[in-house]
Amino acid sequence: MMDGIITPYDRLTLIHHHERPTVRDYIPMIFTDVYELHGDRLYSDDKAIFGGIGRLDGIPVTIIAEVKGRDLNENKEVNFAMPHPEGYRKALRLAHQAEKFHRPVINFIDTPGAYCGVEAEERGQGEAIARCLYEFMQLRTPVISVVLGEGGSGGALALGVCDELCMLENAIYSVISPRGFASLIWKDAGRERDACDIMHITAEDAVALGVAEQIIPESEGGAHTDPEITAENIHRSLSISLKDKMSKDIDELLLSRYNRFRSVGEFTQMDTTVDQGG
Amino acid sequence: MTMEELFRQVTQKFYNDDQPKEPDFKCPRCQKTTPAKTMQENMLVCPVCGYSSRLTARDRLRLTCDKDSFTETEAGMTSLNPIDFPDYEEKIADLREKTGLAEAVVTGICTIHNERCVIAVMDSHFMMASMGSVVGEKIARAFELAGNEGLPIVIFTASGGARMQEGLVSLMQMAKTSGAAAKFSEKGGLYITVLTDPTTGGVTASFASLGDVIIAEPKVLIGFAGRRVIEGTIKQQLPEDFQSAEFMLKNGFVDMIVERRNMRRTIAHLIRLHRGEVR
Ligand SMILES: [Zn+2]
Repeated sequence: MMDGIITPYDRLTLIHHHERPTVRDYIPMIFTDVYELHGDRLYSDDKAIFGGIGRLDGIPVTIIAEVKGRDLNENKEVNFAMPHPEGYRKALRLAHQAEKFHRPVINFIDTPGAYCGVEAEERGQGEAIARCLYEFMQLRTPVISVVLGEGGSGGALALGVCDELCMLENAIYSVISPRGFASLIWKDAGRERDACDIMHITAEDAVALGVAEQIIPESEGGAHTDPEITAENIHRSLSISLKDKMSKDIDELLLSRYNRFRSVGEFTQMDTTVDQGG
Repeated sequence: MTMEELFRQVTQKFYNDDQPKEPDFKCPRCQKTTPAKTMQENMLVCPVCGYSSRLTARDRLRLTCDKDSFTETEAGMTSLNPIDFPDYEEKIADLREKTGLAEAVVTGICTIHNERCVIAVMDSHFMMASMGSVVGEKIARAFELAGNEGLPIVIFTASGGARMQEGLVSLMQMAKTSGAAAKFSEKGGLYITVLTDPTTGGVTASFASLGDVIIAEPKVLIGFAGRRVIEGTIKQQLPEDFQSAEFMLKNGFVDMIVERRNMRRTIAHLIRLHRGEVR
């Protein structure tokens, strides 16, 4: 960081700061009456995804979150926030429960990506994510998602089909990790910094690309310097968004949720007119 | 048209072209070599192990649609460069030239054994059929067309995953296509997915896994994460059938494995069965 100019790579460093608050830190600062709810009712309970109910400003809400650990032991416990299919299926179970009881859903995204492993493939990682995209798109209750740190690929998007996407100031959202990108494009995982420069992964980029609506300021120097202030900022944004979305007709809300994604894409017909989205 | 006629058509097309003779086919599954001519006569399926090799969209349409029944939609759609990725336009232009395709998916309306349907065919010869703006948009429009026309939709999937050169815009196509599938399903439409070699990454994690009926071709690769990524994670060799059509069937993620020569008939039967007519 030089002369107050913060590069995408600086942001990547900040979100990997060992003291960066996790959703476990934020939840008690933002919500009251929180009860954790476990399990997907199909296979097991994935600790990489937190599920629960609580209140935001007194309003009952469902909370679904990708959980990073605060130290190595916690990280082993939560598989470094890389969910298995049962994590996504737990999320879906709780989302449908929220729909039934007319509770809005608040998703917190913070993952390097969905877990890549033999068991994850055996239990249908692809199908689990696809099902989240499909079901959240039609979920008849407001959904607000917040990217806390890493918004890694399909594993992040699974909790990102929402009416409004907020990103913390230093959070990133990307199709692949900068490291993975460097290794794929240049066959050199070490060129992470170069990848950050061309990938358009910052909160500002996400807003410019029409993917995110809000940027939530962090405390000066990054969220770890003052988690309480950052939590307050998250709380304030959620309060405003929630009131706004809850006041809308649900069919209108679903249509605009669909259009948030339907309109992303840049293409042209026959090399003549420029068409942004459909 | 009979299967024999279809074989002949493909074979003739192949040998009448003024192109250098195709090299023999080396099967990536059983490693056995088969002469190109034999492969052509066998619908490009390995005669030794049954692996259904990769087809161009053009060949797939010839083998699938009734003769002269296919009308292409959105033919000229091409990608812009949403994140100003270096040399992306040049790469696309180069591939258009090389493959004769405008993008990695061809969409349209056809009949299959007289059953009218919307069809989308992904072609791995175009940037590994990675999903960017155009693939996402054409798939979404295909669902919308099927919904508006009251037709079933059949999608032959193949993909290496996301289009890295389009960054976050590429990722969003997963939500776009899944949303389009959901909207189509709400209307009561039938969506048949045919998973072909290879179906991976963001396409597996979106519309490819959302068919009402999911068919796979024998021995094809189907999965979410890349094999090398997983080997890197677990630091051990993976079993032979890992992420194959057969593996997906065993684990409950595809409905049936259908050989290429039976594909047309199977799709037509499935469409008829979903119309709800008693006969
Ligand atoms: Zn073979």
